[in-house]
Parts: sequence; structure tokens; C-alpha cells
Amino acid sequence: MSWGGWGEFWAMGGKGFYVWGAYAVTLAALALEVYFLRRRSRETKA
Amino acid sequence: MSTAIRWFWYASPQTFFPLAGRIAAACWVGAALLAAAGLYVGFFVAPTDAQQGEVYRVIFIHVPAAWMSMFLYLVMACWAAIGLAFNTRLSSMMASAIAPTGALFTFLALWTGALWGRPTWGTYWVWDARLTSELILLFLYLGFMALQAAIEDPRRADRAGAVLAIVGAVNVPIIYYSVQWWNTLHQGASVSLTRAPSMASSMLTGMLLMALAFWLYSIAASLTRVRCIIRERE
Repeated sequence: MSWGGWGEFWAMGGKGFYVWGAYAVTLAALALEVYFLRRRSRETKA
Repeated sequence: MSTAIRWFWYASPQTFFPLAGRIAAACWVGAALLAAAGLYVGFFVAPTDAQQGEVYRVIFIHVPAAWMSMFLYLVMACWAAIGLAFNTRLSSMMASAIAPTGALFTFLALWTGALWGRPTWGTYWVWDARLTSELILLFLYLGFMALQAAIEDPRRADRAGAVLAIVGAVNVPIIYYSVQWWNTLHQGASVSLTRAPSMASSMLTGMLLMALAFWLYSIAASLTRVRCIIRERE
């Protein structure tokens, strides 16, 4: 895409809610899995 | 000869444990680097889609997540089948370790698909063959996990889960071919092995980089989880 500043980037052509809603939940889900895996690793090590 | 011996060597959970740790560490790093590259290409290099505008950028996670959801199920069913046939503990542990990550990617495929569908089709959800069979896949993963959690003896849980996983595998080709077999709202494949992809090359690059990142992420998460399972059981 042609760069038109951060405002335009976050707006995603008016579809920001859908694009960032998809990316935010994906990031959160993967981060949660990593968090729970680390916790389980620590617990099983002890 | 020597490779055959090494495979049996690593079939033992104790000898596999340190190897799994090393592979997982490398895959975590690889997944992070590939995801960074994929997101850069996806948001800063790939052009705006002529028909869909910017919202198509959801496909950089939607398509890889959907691929992983189906692929991980087949890998899980294969490990479960090997565990059932040869009574190898590690194979069954691998199946159990893959299930939560597979379920996660199935959920993400549905979630990102819904958020893409609303502005593109005008609806978050329809009961067409592709979406419905993908939802069934999520229930198969959850059913596998619930069944294993409900049975106290791990070896019996492995066998019961394996039967469910193997029977459920029939759903994967149904998902994959659903867009050809039925008249679905979901579009057909834009990328296939048999013909040139119907999208700009930078879009394809971004998607493939994200797919590789999800691959390495899945390997890292599954191997980290199998190490926990080995510690818990052995």
C-alpha cells in the first residue's frame, strides 16, 4: 500500500475494526498459549 | 541401518526429551522472525486489493490458520494411529500435544474468517459447507481433548482418543473439497498445487511467510507441550 501516515494505516480504509480485530485476537490467542505453556513447563519441572 | 537405529532411539520419551527442547527453541526463534517478515510484506509491500480494499489483509492470518487447522489434525490423527497400532507411548503423547494448538488455529480460522466475512459478504457467519465443516473440526479437537481428560488411565485415554481422532480425519478432505463439492458462499482456493495462484506475488509471499511462521510456531508449541507431558507421565 502507498504510505499515507499512521492514521491512514490504522484506519485500513475504514475497515480497521475487522482487520485489527482479527490480528489482535490472533496475537492474544498465541500469546496466551505461550504463557500457559511456560507456566506448565515451570510447574512440571518442580 | 544407522538411521533406523536412531529412529528407535528417539522413539523413547527420555531420549526424545532433550532433542525436542532444542528443536522447539530453534522453532520459536524462526517463527518470530518469519512472522515479522510476513507482517512487513503483508502490510507494507502487498498492494491494496482492487475489489476488497484493505480488509483482504486478514487473509495473511486467515489462510495460514485454516491450513494449519487441517494439517495439524492429520498429523495428530497419524500419531494417534501409530500409537494405537504399535503401542508406542511417545506417538500418543505427540497426538495429545498437538490437539490444543490445532484447536487454537481452528478457532482463529473461524474468528478471522468471520471478521473478513462481515465487510466482504455482509455476514459474520453462514451455515455453508466450508464454515460448517470447519466448525465440526473445532468440535473434533475439543472432543478429543475432553475425552482424554475424562479418562484417568493415560494409556486408555490414548486409545480412546486415537479412535476418535482417526474417525474424525474423514472431515479434513470434506473441509478441503467443500468449496468444490457444494455451492458455498466461501470462495474457492486461490492457491493450489496444480495451478498458478490467482493473486499478486507480494500477497502470496506474505501469506506463505505467515504460513511458515505458523508452521514453526506449531512445531515449537507441540514439542514444548510434549515435554510437559513426558515430565508429567514418566
